[in-house]
Amino acid sequence: METRTLSRESMLAAIRQNLPQQRVSHPGIPAFPSPDRPLRPMFEEHLTNAGGAAHTVGSPAEAAAKLSALYPSAKAVCSAVPEIAGTRRVADIHDPHELADVDVGVMRAQFGVAESGAVWLTQEDLLVNALAFLSQHLVVLLDPNEIVSDMHEAYRRVRLSETAYGCFMMGPSATADIEATLVHGAQGPRSLNVLFLPRA
Amino acid sequence: MSRQQPTDVVARAEAFIRQDHIHEPMHDGFLWATMQRRDAEAAAVPEWEELRELASQIKEHALTHLDEYLTQFEANATQRGAQVHWARDAAEHNEIVYAILQDHGVTELIKSKSMLQEECVMTPFLERRGITVTESDLGERIQQLDGQPPSHIVFPAIHKTRQDVAQLFARTIGTAPNNDDPHVLTEAMRNNARPRFLAAGAGMTGGNFAIAETGTFVVCTNEGNADIGASVPPLHIASIGIEKIIPRVEDLGVFLRLLARSGEGAPLTQYSSHFTGPRKGGELHIVLVDNGRSRRLGMADFWTSLKCIRCGACMNTCPVYRRGGGLAYGATYSGPIGVILDPTFDEYKYSELPFHSTLCGSCSAVCPVKIDISDQIFKWRRVMANKGYLPLAKRLSFAIAGHVFAHPEEYHALQKAAAPAIDHAPHFLLYNQTLNPWGREREIPQLAKQTFREWYLAHRRSHGNQNTES
Repeated sequence: METRTLSRESMLAAIRQNLPQQRVSHPGIPAFPSPDRPLRPMFEEHLTNAGGAAHTVGSPAEAAAKLSALYPSAKAVCSAVPEIAGTRRVADIHDPHELADVDVGVMRAQFGVAESGAVWLTQEDLLVNALAFLSQHLVVLLDPNEIVSDMHEAYRRVRLSETAYGCFMMGPSATADIEATLVHGAQGPRSLNVLFLPRA
Repeated sequence: MSRQQPTDVVARAEAFIRQDHIHEPMHDGFLWATMQRRDAEAAAVPEWEELRELASQIKEHALTHLDEYLTQFEANATQRGAQVHWARDAAEHNEIVYAILQDHGVTELIKSKSMLQEECVMTPFLERRGITVTESDLGERIQQLDGQPPSHIVFPAIHKTRQDVAQLFARTIGTAPNNDDPHVLTEAMRNNARPRFLAAGAGMTGGNFAIAETGTFVVCTNEGNADIGASVPPLHIASIGIEKIIPRVEDLGVFLRLLARSGEGAPLTQYSSHFTGPRKGGELHIVLVDNGRSRRLGMADFWTSLKCIRCGACMNTCPVYRRGGGLAYGATYSGPIGVILDPTFDEYKYSELPFHSTLCGSCSAVCPVKIDISDQIFKWRRVMANKGYLPLAKRLSFAIAGHVFAHPEEYHALQKAAAPAIDHAPHFLLYNQTLNPWGREREIPQLAKQTFREWYLAHRRSHGNQNTES
């Protein structure tokens, strides 16, 4: 690993030699006023813009029924939440490749962000990160009281020091790479449905 | 080794514009629509201008303390279990990546979009050594199958029509040549790529931001392709330019609010993924790459170009880029940001790029990190002029202008003289197809009867302010 040390030292030396004379100080990030609109409809509107959809369910049983209604032909439903059993528990998955045939992945997000319709999911919520990407469709449970207004507030909540993987997920996979035409389900999930359901 | 001739950006742009009556207006229209979405998103955020200023200052802070933040990033990423490598240049980057792949016996690699890996010309390097490399971003995969580099840093294949893609896919992955529905084409590539994701021994990504405070890096995509590459194969390698460092997690709030709104007119990309050490059951390598960046940091006129967060807004707004297309630049980075980055890699080869601009200033006005792009384009023109790299037609006229600008009295005389001259100059001289390719398809504006200086002096006198006149 001598080359590694050599390259490291030579890069740092080159940087120090070329640092601009004037050191700029960090500006600090002020508190921006939160919108005076209720956050939940804002979240729903932005989630819809991003190609997702939100539904309110009253109980775990209703959530399971909603899943069946949304995806009637789903055969493999892999769940990471206690509220919905599915056909397979993600806790039993040892290798992400085992998720290749999953029709619907089910997970719970920690919170949503009103200004974008994104939800925050971590490795601890997914257990196997690939659940959120190999599944053809996603059902995401979200406590409607867990919605923050913007990304500043969102980053006050995330704990990057406590998880190896975290993702702000804004609707399903999308591309506009062919003639700028929006298509959902480019490589990842084809659809994403948020079910508002407080944590049990 | 003989020097490569300068890239003839004018001829390449002309080839794009003149190929037919479809590609150029389509390209122009898509990018302008993206720009209008950007404007609407920006207008909906009351603190937009404040965010731009904060982003600019945070980047300048990070860049002027880069050595400290890089070592802090390294320490935190290492502590979290990532292996951090340092690469002085493209060759070293490619060797490091190859060595990691060899160590793990990897022969199939799936990668997401990384301008840095493009810059390092990594894919041909690995393929020569027997590794199959598959681009997983749809636009990037289209370009890979067509043997072309990306023409735009966010929309790699935006210069192609759906018919172009249908023909290409028919040739390369066996779709029906006459079915050019983007939904069908996207689905065909999804089905083609999936077995490759499952077979790959490693996934590679770039990194949009690297956070010193936690050793995290952030990758933003719309397709989720970077996440599949990072979550399915056991090995994840990320290439990150040293300028991507920002100090703290809270800084991300500023940058993520700006990035996708600026680049594509959406509040975020569909996926903003945060990697802090390897995932459960995985292995993570981070390659920190210099490749000319430390040298650029020492360039008084150009170091702030390192603030760039690769959103693509300057390309979408640029009237020259929109019409001539991204492949015209013949370089890794195209558009206004390319004009100021590419010459730092090879001044002679990219000496004509700074003239591929109207200096309208729109790029600077939309840049989310407030890089003075158009001022830097002008400064690069001066560099090229001082080095004797001017294009021929410009060398002739600039030789005269240089003398005249150095002698203001001649300038004022000439300005008065030039107006009638332009009035009477034969059209074929001003619009000579060889000497002035910019004249094509354009008309010269009417010159004012009064020069600005005459107007200014007259009006200043009328305001009793003539004592400052030199």
